[in-house]
This record gives sequence, structure tokens and C-alpha cells, in this order.
Amino acid sequence: MIGEVGHFALVLALVVAVVQAGLPLAGATRGNAAWMAVARPAALLQFGCVALAFAALMHAYVTSDFSLRNVVENSHSAKPLLYKITGLWSNHEGSMLLWVLMLTGFGAAVALFGENLPMALKARVLAVQAMIGVGFLGFILFTSNPFARAFPVPPDGQGLNPILQDPGLAFHPPMLYLGYVGFSMAFSFAVAALLEGRVDAAWARWVRPWTLVAWCALTLGIALGSWWAYYELGWGGWWAWDPVENASFMPWLAGTALLHSAIVAEKRDALKSWTILLALVTFALSLIGTFLVRSGVLSSVHAFAVDPTRGAYILGLLVVVIGGSLTLYAVRAPALNPTGQFAPISRESGLVLNNLLLSTAALTVFLGTLYPLFLDAVGGGKVSVGAPYYNATFVPLMVPLVAVMGVGPLLSWKRADLAGVLLRLRLAAGLAVAVAVGTLWGHVGGGGFAVLGLALAAWLLGATVTELVERLGLRRGGVGGGILARARHLPRSAWGMTLAHAGLAVSIAGISVSAGGQVEHIAAMHPGDQAEVAGYVWRFDGTEPVTGPNYTADRAHFTVSRNGRFVAEQMPELRRYPLQGMTVADVAIHTNGLADLYVVLGDKRGTSPEAAPDAAQATSDWVVRIYYNPLVPWIWFGAGIMAFGGIVSLTDRRLRIGAPVRRRHPAGAAEAAGA
Amino acid sequence: MRRILTILPIVAFAALAGGLALGLGTQPDRLPSALIDQPVPVFGLPPLGAKPGLAQTDLGGRVILVNFFASWCAPCRLEQPALAQLAASGRVPVYGIDYKDKPEDALRWLTSLGDPYGRIGIDRDGRVAIDWGVYGVPETYLIDRAGRVRYRYAGPVTAQILTDEILPRIAALERS
Repeated sequence: MIGEVGHFALVLALVVAVVQAGLPLAGATRGNAAWMAVARPAALLQFGCVALAFAALMHAYVTSDFSLRNVVENSHSAKPLLYKITGLWSNHEGSMLLWVLMLTGFGAAVALFGENLPMALKARVLAVQAMIGVGFLGFILFTSNPFARAFPVPPDGQGLNPILQDPGLAFHPPMLYLGYVGFSMAFSFAVAALLEGRVDAAWARWVRPWTLVAWCALTLGIALGSWWAYYELGWGGWWAWDPVENASFMPWLAGTALLHSAIVAEKRDALKSWTILLALVTFALSLIGTFLVRSGVLSSVHAFAVDPTRGAYILGLLVVVIGGSLTLYAVRAPALNPTGQFAPISRESGLVLNNLLLSTAALTVFLGTLYPLFLDAVGGGKVSVGAPYYNATFVPLMVPLVAVMGVGPLLSWKRADLAGVLLRLRLAAGLAVAVAVGTLWGHVGGGGFAVLGLALAAWLLGATVTELVERLGLRRGGVGGGILARARHLPRSAWGMTLAHAGLAVSIAGISVSAGGQVEHIAAMHPGDQAEVAGYVWRFDGTEPVTGPNYTADRAHFTVSRNGRFVAEQMPELRRYPLQGMTVADVAIHTNGLADLYVVLGDKRGTSPEAAPDAAQATSDWVVRIYYNPLVPWIWFGAGIMAFGGIVSLTDRRLRIGAPVRRRHPAGAAEAAGA
Repeated sequence: MRRILTILPIVAFAALAGGLALGLGTQPDRLPSALIDQPVPVFGLPPLGAKPGLAQTDLGGRVILVNFFASWCAPCRLEQPALAQLAASGRVPVYGIDYKDKPEDALRWLTSLGDPYGRIGIDRDGRVAIDWGVYGVPETYLIDRAGRVRYRYAGPVTAQILTDEILPRIAALERS
């Protein structure tokens, strides 16, 4: 019964979305205020319907209602409650429902909080948002209905893939989707602006908070995903340039560029056409990411819905959404005249350089991700593009990007004095050189990559702190009670920028040192054996059988010491999930904030994991992999700081209150009424 | 000039969409085998239960289907009906290699599902599977009269795969 309510609510949401996509748009063109006013209640109703459907599916998962095929295929009555809930979005149908929930949620947020928006712009934005909603609701209802019934009703479900049963992964898809879908707002605003034929500073100001929300969520989503891959998959690494990782990384790169170009559009009324294009492309990349994951055109560990029908539908959707918006762009963009002029050396130029490098980086990742697909499509054979390609192309782009990042915030708008700025950055440059020399001297390990990465991180951190110090006026003798007051009055967006840039410096340090300095040791160990890796000694004390809620496992005990002193006890497990017939390694990680000690228990040698070794053989060899991962926690620590910076920036006064918006409001309303 | 620049994105996207449409038709799971047209690797496997074992000397002389399976492999269950149908038709001999399995589990599994295999070799540590380039079970190979590997299918052989892929290839190999 509740399943049918959910299904019906979805159908209703589709109908509402069709109305919302048509009527307000026609109203905005014809100046009909009543038609435009439909957008607000429609957006709220559409969200309400999807939320009801989502709640119905959630109810089915929590109560283990095995009359729904989706629940049968992805849940089991013996599963912990958390994973019953996350089982909802760990499969194709449920995750698409989550996608639409967020899409309509963003629409409802604009309807509720967009009081300051000119009526015509708001109507157009919500209509475009509803068009995307129509596409995705149709996709769910016609190709991937989560409310399909199972008959006969089985006694129990098939369970969730064990490697997905993890708290990190419980929150990874919602964050990632919040990011992907959040960029739909920037997209809707861009299309609405093209329809109106007008982009101004106020428009850029309205777009920015939505982009920021999406960017923060995507940053956290990617970080959670790579963290999960690091501690759950047990291969010692945290990023593999897998097509699906790239699918989330490309919108992040484009979205980061968009955040920065929107600043130029807002403050200087320049780069308008480019900002619009970036908004379209960022969401297009989010959609292409979805296509890559859902259609199975690229094989990947993530591709859990390999189905050509769905792929064809999403491709059609892509053609309509991206093709349509880019056609609109081709027709309308030439009319957007640039007004703000700037010199080659200026804050604007710095941001243009930032945009060029970020877009090129996104294109690089895009080519690497799609090249195997295209080569195969034209009969060129099967190839795979891996880390060597990205190390050779992506990394060299990041070096100038970080170098410019240090300088950019100190440049003034319109025309800047580069020599003067570089002089002000002499401390940061000195710090970078000192860190490089120190890294070489101290034999931190990791070779040239670690030295370069650490020096860049030091440069960025030094330059970011220099900029903050100058802003607070510490250099001008303002030491004393005035600093706190000035710090409080500094715009939140300035603090956000400082935090985000500093966070990136921390992440860069983590990435370069962990990539260069990882030590790997693989051995077959008897109980009592010892292994020495990077100065630490692991003693293998033996294994014991343990029983979990839905698995059985062998748990190994390791005592780790350094210079004879006890450091930690580590207990990696090898878990067997009988329901799925899968064996999954549970990694043991000990961290001190500077380095991770990472132990994976592998197969018992000579026997297979599937052959379920019994306790009598407990004295045999175990394959053990030990990794020493220096500075790896900093990667996610830095990503957390970056996202926090975004959130701080989001609380900026001008985004909350939008004083200049009020000035524009009467003009916008008058134009809407008279159009 | 500006107009040309603004048209570029849609042109680039049209090319991309065309490529993606082509890509939909390809199947990334059909990885080619490195052994195609190569002689079967040298191996000799002990028997499972009462059936004779399997060695490379047993392959050749006529077209033969070799299927890698395991009792712990869920998709392997899906292909047993099709394999049983092929074996019952007597078209080609169906030989099995039991991959990384306990003999008693495999015997119990075959007893409950039916045993289509004329010969079964048991590959407990998976070494022979490595020589064949198997990267997961189930996988199915066609061996020609000269004892060369001619075709590999990764994934369960369903009734449809049997009709669309396997049987036409058997016919082609028998003609050649």
C-alpha cells in the first residue's frame, strides 16, 4: 500500500513538474504575473511529492518490506539499521530518487528564499529547474521504478554488497549528489539569464551561494569517497583515477572555476559570457558523470546499473539538456557585452589564469576518462588510461595554478603592481625555499615530487597568511586591541577564501608526501613473525575467529613498536559474508595525524578465501600487506578545511541580506510587469 | 568572430554525444582474450568425484566447450540450465574446470543442480585459470579441432547467449 502511495506521489510530481516547466516560462515571456506566480507553489508541491515518495521507499527499507523488488535486491532483515537506511541509495533506483529529491529540494529552496529575485527571473529559473525534474522523474518512472513489486514475495532479501556496508559510504552518495545537483541551480540561473538576455552583478550574486553550497558538498563528497576507498578497499591508496572518481572530479574542477569567475562577474561586470558557459558546462559534466556511471559505457567498480536502455535514456536527456542549453548559448551569448575593462596584470587577470588552468585540468581529466571509450567505439581496441597519463598531464597544470594562487589574492582589481606584490610575498617565497631545503636535508623521503609539493604547499600557505595579515593591518603597526575588531569585521567571504586556500595547501602537502613517500611491504607471515617497515616493527601475534552480525571473520593481532617501544595494537580482519559469498578485508589503520600505519590481512597462503579455512589450520601462513603512508590524513583534513571555508563564505553578509538586490528589485519587477 | 566562439561549445558537445551514442553499443565486459588462436596452455588437473579429470591432451580433435565454474559463484548457477541443455543435445562435449573450490562443496553443488560436464578438472589453487587468463568465474571457452582457443565469453552463459553467441560460433568452427 505504502509502495503504491510512493509510486503515485512520483507520478504526481512528474505532472506538477510539467506544469512548472511550462506555465511560468510562458508567463515570463508574456508578462503574465499570475502564470509566473505558479512557479512557487508548484516547486514546493513537487518537492513535497518527491519527499513523500522518498519517505515511502525509506519506510519499505526500514521495515524490510520484501514485496518491493528494490528492497529484496538490496536489503536483508539481518542488516544493521544504518545500512538498511543507506541501502536505499546504494543502488541505482534509490540513488536516482535521492537525486530527484535533492533537485526538487533546491527548487523549493529558491521558491522559499528567493524573495529578492525579480519575478521573471525567478519564474524562469524554477521553470528550467522543473524541466530537469521532468527528465529525471521520467527516467525513474519509465526505466528504473523503485516501487516495482516482487511476486512471489521472498522470505528475505539478497543483502547489500558488503563493501558498501560502511559508515563512510553511508554519507558519500548524499554529499556527492548534493554537489552534482547543486550545480543544477547555477545551470538554471544561467539558462534563465540567457533567456532574459541580461547578466549583471546582481545575477552573479544570486548564483554564487548556490554554487558555493554545491561546491562544499562536492568537496566533502569526493573527500569521503576517497577516504572510503582508502580504508575499505585495502589497496593502500586513496585515488585511482577511476572513471567514476573522475566523473565527480571534473564538475569539481569546473565548479571551482565557476566560483572564481562569478566573483569577476559580480565585482567587475566582466567575464559574463564565460561565467554563463562555465555554469552550463559544470552541470553538463555532472550529468555526463551520471551517464558514465549509470549507462555502463565505462566499466568500473561503481557501475552498478549496467543497462543500455537506461544509458540510451540518459544520453537522450544529455542531448536535450546540454545540447539545448549550449544552442541557446550560441544564439544568445554574443549579445552579452563585456563592460568591465582590466589591465593584463590585475586581480581579474589572475582569476582568468585560474579559470584557464582549471578548465584545462578538467579537459585533461575528461580526455583521459573518455579516450578509451572513443577508441573502442571507432574500433581502435581496448585501452586503459591510468595514473601515468594524469601524472604527466594533470600535475604540471597544478604547479602554475598553485603558484598563481599565492599571488592572485594580493593583486588589486583593474590594474596591479606585480613587482610590488612579489616583494610583499618574499616571506612566503623564503618559507617555500626553506621547506624545500629542509625536506631534502631531512630525508623525508618521496624524492622530487614530495619536495616540490611541500614547497608549493608552503608557498601557498605563506602567501595566504601574508594576505590575511595585510588585510588585518598587522604590518601597519596595528598591533593590539584593534586586531580582533578588524578580524570580526573582515567579510566572511574573505575568511572563507583564506580558509579554502589554506586547506588546499594542507591537502597538497598530504598528497605529495603520501604519493612520494609510501612504503609497501608484502609478506607471508606465521604467528610470531616480525616485519620492519619505515622504522616500525610489526609482530604478528596470531589470528582468532570472530562472528559479526552478518559475517564471520578471522581477526589478526599485530603489536606495533618503534625502537622497542609499544606504539599500537592493530587488528585487521578478513570477513566472509555468506549471503553474497564475498570475502572482504577490513583494514586496520593507526594514525598519529602525521602518518598512517595501514595493515591488511590477506588470504591464507595455499588456500583460497572461498574455501573457508577452518580453525585447525590456524598456524599456517597469512599474506599480510603493510603500508606506511606519511601525511595521508592531511589530504582529508585539508579537504575539510576547504569545505569549512566555503561554508564560512556562505554566511557572508551580502549573501544573507543582499542589500544591493533590494535596489534592483523594483526595476526588475517593473520590467517583468511591462515586458 | 565572437559568434564563432559561442558556437564552439555546442559543436564540441555534438561530437561528444555522437561518441557516447557509439559507445553505448560497445560492451566493456567483452575483454578480448590474449589466448585467442593460441594453443591451449599445458595443464593436467585431477578429477572431481567419479568423472575423469581434464588435461590439455583431452582437448582437440573436435570442437569442445570448456567452462570455468565454482560452487561459491552465484552467477554460475544461472548458466547451469543452458550448459545442461547443450550437453544433453550432444552437439559438443562440455568440460568443466572447478575453480578455487572444495571438492565436497563442488560435488554437493553439482548434485543439487545437475552435472552437465563430461570431464571435470579441479583447479584448487587457481594456477591453471591464471594460465588461461581467467579473471573471474564463470568463463567459457571454445577450443577448435587443432586444440587452439578460439573464443572466450566472460559471464554466465544464459539461454540467449547460448543461442546468439555460442552456437553460431560452434557451427562456424565445425565448418572451418
